[in-house]
Amino acid sequence: MSNFDFEIIHRSLGYLFFEGMRFTLTLTLLSALGGVILGTLLAMARLAGGPILSAFAAGYVNLVRPLPLVLVIFWFYFLVPYLGQWLTGASRPIHVGGFASALITFIVFEAAYFSEIMRAGIGSIPRGQSAAAMALGLNYRQSMRYVILPQVFRIMLPVLLTQTIVLFQDTSLVYVLSITDFLGAASKIAQRDGRLVEMYSFAALVYFVFSFTASQGVRYLRARIAVPR
Amino acid sequence: MGYHWNWGIFWEMSPEGTGTYLDMIIQGLRMTLITAALAWAIAFIMGSAIGVLRTLPGRAAPLLANAWIELFRNMPLLVQLFLWYFVFPEVLPAAWGIWLKQLPGAAFLTSVIGIGFFMSARVAVQVSSGIEALPQGQRAAATALGLTPVQTYRYVLLPMAYRIVLPPLTSELLNTVKNTSVALTIGLAELTARARAVQEFSFQVFEAFTAATLAYLVINLIATLAARWLEARVRVPGYGRA
Repeated sequence: MSNFDFEIIHRSLGYLFFEGMRFTLTLTLLSALGGVILGTLLAMARLAGGPILSAFAAGYVNLVRPLPLVLVIFWFYFLVPYLGQWLTGASRPIHVGGFASALITFIVFEAAYFSEIMRAGIGSIPRGQSAAAMALGLNYRQSMRYVILPQVFRIMLPVLLTQTIVLFQDTSLVYVLSITDFLGAASKIAQRDGRLVEMYSFAALVYFVFSFTASQGVRYLRARIAVPR
Repeated sequence: MGYHWNWGIFWEMSPEGTGTYLDMIIQGLRMTLITAALAWAIAFIMGSAIGVLRTLPGRAAPLLANAWIELFRNMPLLVQLFLWYFVFPEVLPAAWGIWLKQLPGAAFLTSVIGIGFFMSARVAVQVSSGIEALPQGQRAAATALGLTPVQTYRYVLLPMAYRIVLPPLTSELLNTVKNTSVALTIGLAELTARARAVQEFSFQVFEAFTAATLAYLVINLIATLAARWLEARVRVPGYGRA
């Protein structure tokens, strides 16, 4: 421990943040966005879809949530090339890059969690509101778009953001595909230079500072935007 | 799809020479369950202790509990496992570090402790919110009856708090099972790792992952049913929504 090498961290900052952290944050934000959209559609399908659609949405959520993310990452890493082949009609499994594979995995996986959040949110809006929207002549789409969902997003924003912080931490699992996210970048330098203690300690510190700051921000937001009832 | 299915693969001998591919999956499942059970024991005991600390009067105990929770909640589990596995032995006195690294079950031990501590922060949050969900009068009534703080928690607060948070605790238990898969990064031969090994030996990707998927779904189903049974069994008639 006496020979902790700060120099190696200093020298690799550019690589760690411009390569690694950029990948991590891009993946986090796009996955959260895609996950919330797909999750909202799933929640609506489950609550207001016909019997088939709502059974599909429920089945999807109940299939994905018991599975560990690591297994789902492996599933999609091998499955996506075949799906691409099937979709494009190519003669052999198509090549899919690490980023695309990871992004698809995280959107599909997180949608199951976001859909449960959105379902709880939609359920928390008094029934009278959708009845009132109908009485005003709004159709289902319009009542969701203009009446229900704006309130759900406001009420559930802190929970959605907390789930996004979890997602930010979970993106570190792309390590199993040897992708250069933030942890992957730290790990590559750690192994190249035999500096595991320095690089992993620094990575832990960075994840901690990011997550802790973000969760304090969410706490502040929660107090600020609480809907008085 | 240009994929050749072969479900018979599970009855073929694996190149490891210790049995069939199905045996590999079963060994992985066993490792997942053992690791998860021990990690859950740590998570439950530490989490309950930290959760109680968080609800004690005064400032020092809640501060300590919150520091613990924030520390273990704000780093990815994978990073925590790396800290325990690669960094922790180095910061110990040299002789201890070498002893630790040469321990035969180092990956297993690291996984149990790493996942246990990681989950303890989540259990602590649940336990403390269960205690806080109880009416203030319960603590006051226990004090009025002359119970010591230890007795108050042991006989009045915790029994009801655990009942209230039984559903979220069940999902934390299932998270513990799922999180053992992260330990494949430090070489633990758990279910996902064994499915991956089957895939690498046999090239039957989707059969291997299907087997692992089914195993996780069955674990989930059994735990959910067991929790439902436990909830009904420990229910206090007429008490609130519990």
